[in-house]
Amino acid sequence: MHAVGTISGGVALSLMGFYLGIGLTALIRALIGYDPWHQELAIVIGFVFGLVGWLMGIGMWSQWGREWFGLKTYTPHMGGWQRYFMFNHDHKVIGIQYLVTFSVIFLLAGFLAMLMRAELAQAESQILTNAQFNSIMSLHGIMMVAVAVAAVIGGFGNYAVPLMIGADDMAFPRLNALTFWLVPPVAVLLLLTPVMGGLETGWTAYPPLSVVTNQSQVLFNLAVITFGLTSILGGLNFIITIIFMRAPGMTWGKLPIFVWSMFATAWLALLYTQGFAVGLAMILLDRVAGMSFFRAVEGGDPLLYQHIFWFYSHPAVYIMIVPGFGLALEIISHFARKPLFAYRYAVGGFLGIMGLGGAVWAHHMFTSGMPNFLHGPFMVLTEAISIPTGLVFLAALGTIWMGRLWLTTPMLFALAVIFNFALGGVTGIFLADVPTDIHLHDTYFVVAHFHYTIVGGEIFAMFAALYYFFPKMTGRMYNETLGKIHFWWMFVGFNVTFFVMHWPGIQGMNRRIADYPDSLEPVNLLISLTAFALGASFLVFIYNIINSWIRGPVAEDNPWGARTLEWQTTSPPPLHNFPRPPRVVGHPYDYGVPDSVHGVFDDEPVPPPAHAPAGAPAGGGGGGG
Amino acid sequence: MAITFPETHATHDDAARMLAMRRAGLWLFFFSETILFGLLLAARFFLTGIEAEPLDQEVGLAITVILLLSSVTAFSGEVAIRKGRQKAASWWFVATIVLGFLFFAGVAYEWSIAHFSRENPFGTVFFAMTGTHALHVLSGLVMFLLLIPHVIKGKFTPTNYWAVQAVVMYWHFVDVVWVIFYPALYLVQGVD
Ligand SMILES: [Cu+2]
Repeated sequence: MHAVGTISGGVALSLMGFYLGIGLTALIRALIGYDPWHQELAIVIGFVFGLVGWLMGIGMWSQWGREWFGLKTYTPHMGGWQRYFMFNHDHKVIGIQYLVTFSVIFLLAGFLAMLMRAELAQAESQILTNAQFNSIMSLHGIMMVAVAVAAVIGGFGNYAVPLMIGADDMAFPRLNALTFWLVPPVAVLLLLTPVMGGLETGWTAYPPLSVVTNQSQVLFNLAVITFGLTSILGGLNFIITIIFMRAPGMTWGKLPIFVWSMFATAWLALLYTQGFAVGLAMILLDRVAGMSFFRAVEGGDPLLYQHIFWFYSHPAVYIMIVPGFGLALEIISHFARKPLFAYRYAVGGFLGIMGLGGAVWAHHMFTSGMPNFLHGPFMVLTEAISIPTGLVFLAALGTIWMGRLWLTTPMLFALAVIFNFALGGVTGIFLADVPTDIHLHDTYFVVAHFHYTIVGGEIFAMFAALYYFFPKMTGRMYNETLGKIHFWWMFVGFNVTFFVMHWPGIQGMNRRIADYPDSLEPVNLLISLTAFALGASFLVFIYNIINSWIRGPVAEDNPWGARTLEWQTTSPPPLHNFPRPPRVVGHPYDYGVPDSVHGVFDDEPVPPPAHAPAGAPAGGGGGGG
Repeated sequence: MAITFPETHATHDDAARMLAMRRAGLWLFFFSETILFGLLLAARFFLTGIEAEPLDQEVGLAITVILLLSSVTAFSGEVAIRKGRQKAASWWFVATIVLGFLFFAGVAYEWSIAHFSRENPFGTVFFAMTGTHALHVLSGLVMFLLLIPHVIKGKFTPTNYWAVQAVVMYWHFVDVVWVIFYPALYLVQGVD
C-alpha cells in the first residue's frame, strides 16, 4: 500500500515539523530572554515547519527536493485508486483530486448553510448560540469561497485545459501537484477553528475584531495564506501552459473559449491573491509581533485592511465567475450546434473584465468612512464592468439564437448560468450605486446578489461541467433522467430561496447576524424551507454521480459529438492524453461548416515521453500511452 | 509499482522550450512578488504619509551599497559560468553570500539600534518591510548555498545553467526591491 505509506509519512513528518517549530520558537525566545511560551507565535512557526514536513513527506522530497542537493529523484507510477493519494504529476489526476476534495468541502459548507437557515427560520435563538452561529457563518463563507476559487480552476482547469490545447500535461507538473497538496493542511486548519474558540469575523476577517478575537483567527489566517499560495502558483502554471504548450496550429484565435477564460482568470489569481495574503499576514503581525497596522490606538488604521482585502477580494469574484462564463459559453456552443457567436468579443470581454477588475475594489467600502471623493470614481468604474460582461452575454445569447438546442443536463445548467447571472448582475447595479448601496450595504440583499452571481453563475457552471466532463473523466455515463431531476430541483430551489431573500434585505435585515426583527419571521421561514429543498437536491446529484461512476454504462469517447480536442481521445484519456499528437487546423466551434475539423492527428505514434515509462496506466479504461 | 528516474533526454527544441517556460514562469513569480512588496510600500505611505522616524543614514547607505555590490558579484559569477570558468564562478558566488550576509547583519544591527518600537506606525511598516525583504535575502542566501556544490561539481555548462540564471535573477529582483524600499524608508522625510 504505497499510497497509505506516503500519506502516513506526510502526516508523521508534518507532526514532527510542527513540534520542532514549537520547540525552536520556545528555545530561541528563552535564549534571548523572553518568556519561552508565546502560544500564537508557536502556532505560526509550528505550522510553517509542519507544512514543509507535510509536503516533503507526501512526495515532494523524493520527487523534487533531492534534486536541490544533487541527489537522484524518483517518481513512483501506479494505477488504480492509489494514484489519487500521491504527489501525482498527471494533470488529469490532479483535476480529479481537486474536484473530489472540493465537492466534499462544498457539501460540508452547504450543510453549514442548512444549520444557519434552521436557526434563522425563527427570530431569536433556538438551536445555535450566537457564538456558534458566528463560527458556522464564517466557516460557511470561507469554505464556499475556497470552493468557488478552486473547484473550477483547480478541477476543470487542470483537467481540461491541457487536453483542450492538445498538450500532454501542464507546463510545471510538479508545481501542479504541490498546489493540490497544499490544500489538505488548509482544510485541517479550518476544521480545527471550532475547537480553538470558533471564528467570529466572517470570511472577510476585518480588523479591529480579527486582531483581538480568539486564537481560531490565527488558524484561519494561516489557512487562507496557504490557500493563497495554491491560487498564485496555479495561476502561474496556467499562464505558462497556455502560452507555451499549445499544439501546433492552436493559434490564439482558435483557442477554446474556456481556455481563454482560464487565461484571464490565471492572471487575476497570480496578481491579486497576494492582497488577501498580505492583509491576513498584517493581522498576524499585529497579533503575534505586537505591530500596529490596524490598531487605531497606536496610530494604525483598520481601513488599510479593507483596501488591501478588497484589492484581492473583488478580483476574486472574477476569479470565480470568469471560468464559469467560459464553461457556459463552451457548453452552449457545443449543444446549440452552432459556431460560438462573437467569439472575439467574448475574448475581449474576458480581457476587459481582467483589466477593469483590479480598479473597482472600493465599491465594497461606500459605508466604511473612506474619503468621499473616492465614491464617484469607484461607482462609475464598477458600472463600467457591465460592458465587458455584456459582451460575454452577447456571445451566449447570439449562440442560443436560432440554435437547435440539445437540452442535456449540462446544457440546462449552462443556460441557467446565463439566466441566474443576469438577475445577479441587475441587482449588482443597486449595490454599485452609492445612494442605494448606503441603504442596502450589509443586508440580505447583498447575500442574495452575491449568491445569484456566484452560485447561480459559477456553481451552476461547475455542475454543467461536472455532467459534461463526467463521461470523459470516468469513462462512464451518468443517468440523464436523474441529472435533469437534479437540475430542475436545484434551479427552482435556488431561485425561490435567493429571489425571496432580496426582500428582507430591502427591509434592512442585517446579514451575518443570528437574530432579526420578529416582523420578518414569515419570509425567513419561507427562505429556510426552500433552502432545505435546495440542499436536498444535492442528494440526487450524489446518488447519481456515485452510482454512475461505479456501474454506469461505459461512455463513448465523444458522447456529445463535440469538436474540441479533449473529445478526440479516449474516455478516460491515456497517461499522456493523445495516442497521436494533435494538430489544429480549424476553429473549435465551426459546427455546421462543411468539411471543417478542429484538430487532426498525425499518423505516426508518439514516441514514449522521456520522463515516464511507456504504458503506465492513466485512466481506468484508457489506452496505452 | 515501478520506480523510474526522470532524467531528461529531451531534444534540442524541447530543451529550448523548457528554458523559455521556466524563464517566463520566474518572471511571473516576480510580478506576483511585486504586488506583495507593492502593498507593503502602499501601507507605508497609507499609514504614515511621508513622515518617518530618524534612522541611521550611514548604516542605510552602507547596506545599500553592499547589496548592490552583491548583485555585481552574482552577475560576474553567472558570466564566469557562461565562459566555462566553474572555479571562478564558485568564488564569485561565495563573495555574493558574504556580501548578502553582511547586508543581513546590517539590517539586524539597524533593528537593534532603532529607537522606535514596533507599535509605532512607522515602526510597524519599517520592521514589516525590512523584515519581509530580509527573509527574501535569507532565502536567496540559502539558494546560493545550495548552488555552490553544484557549481564545484561542474554540473553547469556554458549552454546549460538554468539554476544559476534563476538564482541570480532572483537575487537581482530582491536587490531591485531594496532599491525602492531604501528611499521609501530612509530618504523620504516629512517637512519639520
Ligand atoms: Cu466587488
